[in-house]
Amino acid sequence: MSVTYTKNDKNIVTLCFEMAHRKANVLNQEFIKDFKESLDQLAQEDKLIGVILTSSKKDFIAGADLEMMLAAEEPAEIFEWLEDFKLAIRKLETLGIPVVAAINGSALGGGYEVALACHHRIIINNPKIQIGLPEVTLGLLPGAGGTQRLPRMIGIEKALPLLIEGKRLKVSQAIENGLVDQLAEDREDLISKAERWIFENPESKQAWDQKGFKWPGGSPLSPKMSQLWAVAPSMTNQKTYGNYPAPMKILAAVHEGSLVDFDTASRIESRYLVNCITSKEAKNMIQSFWFQLNAINKGQQRPQDVAPYKFQKVGILGAGMMGAGIAYVSAKAGIDVILKDVSLEAAQKGKQYSEKLLEKAVSRGRSSEEDAKNLLKRIIVTENTTDLSDCDLIIEAVFEDRKLKAGVTNETEAVIPEHAIFASNTSTIPITGLAEESKRPQQFIGLHFFSPVDKMKLVEIIVGKETNNETLAKAYDYVLQIRKTPIVVNDSRGFYTSRVFTTYVLEGIALLAEGQNPRAIESAGLQAGMPVGPLALSDEVSIELMYKILEQTRRDLAAENKSVAPHPGIDVVYKMVTELKRIGKKSGKGFYDYPKDQGKKLWEGLSEHFPQAETQLSQQVMIERLMSIQSVETIRCMQEGVLTSVGDANIGSIFGWGFAPFKGGTLQYVNDCGVKSFLERTRHLAEAHGERFSPPDLLIEKAHKNERFL
Amino acid sequence: MTEAYIFDAVRTPRGKGKKDGSLHEVKAIDLLKNLFDALRERNTLDTSQVEDVVLGCVTPVGEQGADIAKTAALYAGWDQIVAGVTLNRFCGSGLEACNLAAMKIKSGQEDLVVAGGVEAMSRVPMMSDGGDWFMNPNVNNSLGFIPQGISADLIASIEGYNRQELDQFAVESHKKAATAQKEGRFKRSLVPVKDLNGLTLLDHDETIRENSSTEALSGLKPSFASMGKMGFDATAMRVYPEIHKLDHMHHAGNSSGIVDGAALMLIGSLEKGKQLGLKPRAKFRSVAVTSTEPTIMLLGPAPSSRKALRKAKLEVSDIDLFEVNEAFAAVVMKFRDELNVDPKRINVNGGAIAMGHPLGATGCMILGTLLDELERQDKQLGLTTLCIGGGMGIATIIERV
Repeated sequence: MSVTYTKNDKNIVTLCFEMAHRKANVLNQEFIKDFKESLDQLAQEDKLIGVILTSSKKDFIAGADLEMMLAAEEPAEIFEWLEDFKLAIRKLETLGIPVVAAINGSALGGGYEVALACHHRIIINNPKIQIGLPEVTLGLLPGAGGTQRLPRMIGIEKALPLLIEGKRLKVSQAIENGLVDQLAEDREDLISKAERWIFENPESKQAWDQKGFKWPGGSPLSPKMSQLWAVAPSMTNQKTYGNYPAPMKILAAVHEGSLVDFDTASRIESRYLVNCITSKEAKNMIQSFWFQLNAINKGQQRPQDVAPYKFQKVGILGAGMMGAGIAYVSAKAGIDVILKDVSLEAAQKGKQYSEKLLEKAVSRGRSSEEDAKNLLKRIIVTENTTDLSDCDLIIEAVFEDRKLKAGVTNETEAVIPEHAIFASNTSTIPITGLAEESKRPQQFIGLHFFSPVDKMKLVEIIVGKETNNETLAKAYDYVLQIRKTPIVVNDSRGFYTSRVFTTYVLEGIALLAEGQNPRAIESAGLQAGMPVGPLALSDEVSIELMYKILEQTRRDLAAENKSVAPHPGIDVVYKMVTELKRIGKKSGKGFYDYPKDQGKKLWEGLSEHFPQAETQLSQQVMIERLMSIQSVETIRCMQEGVLTSVGDANIGSIFGWGFAPFKGGTLQYVNDCGVKSFLERTRHLAEAHGERFSPPDLLIEKAHKNERFL
Repeated sequence: MTEAYIFDAVRTPRGKGKKDGSLHEVKAIDLLKNLFDALRERNTLDTSQVEDVVLGCVTPVGEQGADIAKTAALYAGWDQIVAGVTLNRFCGSGLEACNLAAMKIKSGQEDLVVAGGVEAMSRVPMMSDGGDWFMNPNVNNSLGFIPQGISADLIASIEGYNRQELDQFAVESHKKAATAQKEGRFKRSLVPVKDLNGLTLLDHDETIRENSSTEALSGLKPSFASMGKMGFDATAMRVYPEIHKLDHMHHAGNSSGIVDGAALMLIGSLEKGKQLGLKPRAKFRSVAVTSTEPTIMLLGPAPSSRKALRKAKLEVSDIDLFEVNEAFAAVVMKFRDELNVDPKRINVNGGAIAMGHPLGATGCMILGTLLDELERQDKQLGLTTLCIGGGMGIATIIERV
């Protein structure tokens, strides 16, 4: 049983949610069945004066069962069980006796929607409790009455941001915004307050079930609201380019529901939720942001036979931007940090980075003065290698120079303990090569952080040829310890993220070389769901850096008697750097000009050097090229064993370089297209634009076996 | 086929569409009643001979609701046999009413019809009907809805019109309208609005500013910039990714004014006219509607005019005078450039920038203005066109007889 039914001597029934075999209560078939049975039992009672809903678990109800959501395909079936559940809570809401939600822990999504169907919400005043309707973040909508009850309770204008942004609120914010009504100290207080409320409000009825109901904050048809409805879709799309259907469906459900009675409104809402559940976007996001991300956080790629490890002290070599950022996130996670640079001044400058971040956090109320002080205390700056002698992890973040890196590796290995592992934060140099300079290559690994370190969630762990399981497991533990997301990648040029990211940028540049309108190229990138257009991105990472990496690759391959595969984008990079001397944003000149005090502008000279072709491609064709090339390269990474998990590929692409989240990542993109149609597409693209699009064997194999990338 | 002739055209003056406007106290039905009275008296019309009243009204709710065409005909004391229909083709409604009346006559199904339109904008605000076009998020989103002012700014941005040019256009509209007013060119059609005691409320177009200048206009702030920032600009640029920036250049001074007003036109067959002693003034050569990309929305005039010209087997150069509704300065400039029309033949007596755009009435009103001017200059062919919400365009070609 997931719901226990207790009637006390005051004629109050408490329904306590406590799902067996599960950590948290979730709304699934089993729960709904038991919940409905309790409601049937309630209907049989005759002297009842009230009902209390609560839970014996840490959470009230954590939300709906996403496994069920992911599997659901058949609209008629989904609509039926959804309506079935909603009619049940509607029955509870209209029993004619007070129903109180005694919220003992977090109530999210469907969990909070159950509380919304109650006449009164009391919550334990605990800062760890979260309240909210985060459905939208997985491409869904609050379809258990949330889009109807919340606006009727707090007003449309106040409800819309909560529904559309899916923010989780703390108890104090939930009280302030009217999402919950009353505070309690602890469980005992919670129940006694709930009982008192029942005694004091014997004839409870929802406002919207009363005659002459007036919308809080103004009627949905008031002139003020008309203006809001007219601009709301444009506002919602402003940054998302219309790629996320759920927010629009939420708007529509609220609007259309507001024009009719509650029961009709609830049915309209169900139809929109069914539409969301069966949408590709929701499937993509649930797959990667829920299942694959959870698997990563549970250590799916971590060698299981190594005991969990907790780091006490990390030594960071190089206090530049990356080193300084790594120092900050490590100290924030409670790890002692030795931040070393060639001079004490340089090391101190690195520590100032943390000071600045903390100043900002304190001024915005995100950190207390005391926490900030303690964090800073954990960062010790030095210029002496010997200070690293008791570190259990070293992260090298010096310039991308093999000799320099070899030097600091030797110097450090001479003083650090036997068990310590050594990580390089290189983003371009293969780890196996760097490990050759190490005395103990088994304990040598790559930890590729992204800039800015304090904001970017991903760390790409690069396993060298000699790296052992224990080192990998420890590196994995460290990344989780600093509350970031690890993906595990085998050593290769550009690893995974840089390698695939580059294909996006170069494809954009290739389009330019073909004479496509540069503004249309940029627009296609954004419309595709990438955070920045390919040309602007080239300027940001610096065209010169791309040039240097390409040159290095060319030299490395030449040494092996190989050559770089021809790519129309590469020629443009060489031309921009060597001939036109436009090396990127840092010099104020790249594909864009960066006039002072003004926004950037595409360089006018582009039309002279890359004259526009007669045939201009549609946005759709450009989007397909910009996105497909990333997926093809990711499949190659899988095929070559650079990647070993689909989840790593998907999450790495989204967290690493912002691959369109609604597509669920580079490999989920292929599932979204259909593996067979994607294969067809790559064949066409390869024919038209060259080998870079030609389908890897793994794709052909998957298509033939009718398998998806899971 | 029977030809459709215009026998008479009347209109109210346009009153400033605000609380301090002279017509704010007048209901839409009273604006119409005035004109129904005038039409009957001027033509000593036996109203039982009129078969239908077709009226345009863009916001047919509240006091403008309940089929105001039929209501007004009865209220004005016309014979009960006269039917009435209200139609909505947004800003093209008034002209659509005339075109539909013409088509009724040409088809031979009816012989005498009153067409026209009304909009008391100070009383029934624009968009207060709350249509799904803009109100329903799904519909709004799938149509790429943006306010028309932003569409006009989009046209100006794409065409490279600058603020100075738009303002110059607006100044000329006022100057031409002032001259026309002074010389009494509107007199033939204009019927003063009177109260129930016969006291005159307004006898001239109220918003013309003879002393308008680009210097004065240069101080006005763009009307649609802040709305654009809220998200509409992004929607516009999503549909037009090739433009670098959306410049907001339209403002209260170079856009059509919000006004109150109404217009009616008596349209019928030659035979019916003869029978009732009505003198035909012009005939309908062709009528056309079309529709274009809905986000930029205001590009309908050129293609609908080309269509009307094709139907009438005429060239642009055959047309003596054009009336192109001045919804926004950029709309008329774009029409002028696209069809390569001499600006001296467009809106010779000014337009909606100077005199206002009473949505449902405008089309009928400017068709009447066109006819008056053809007669004054003793020219033959005239074309009237308007841009319309949703990307539509409407055009009518008339020829004097």
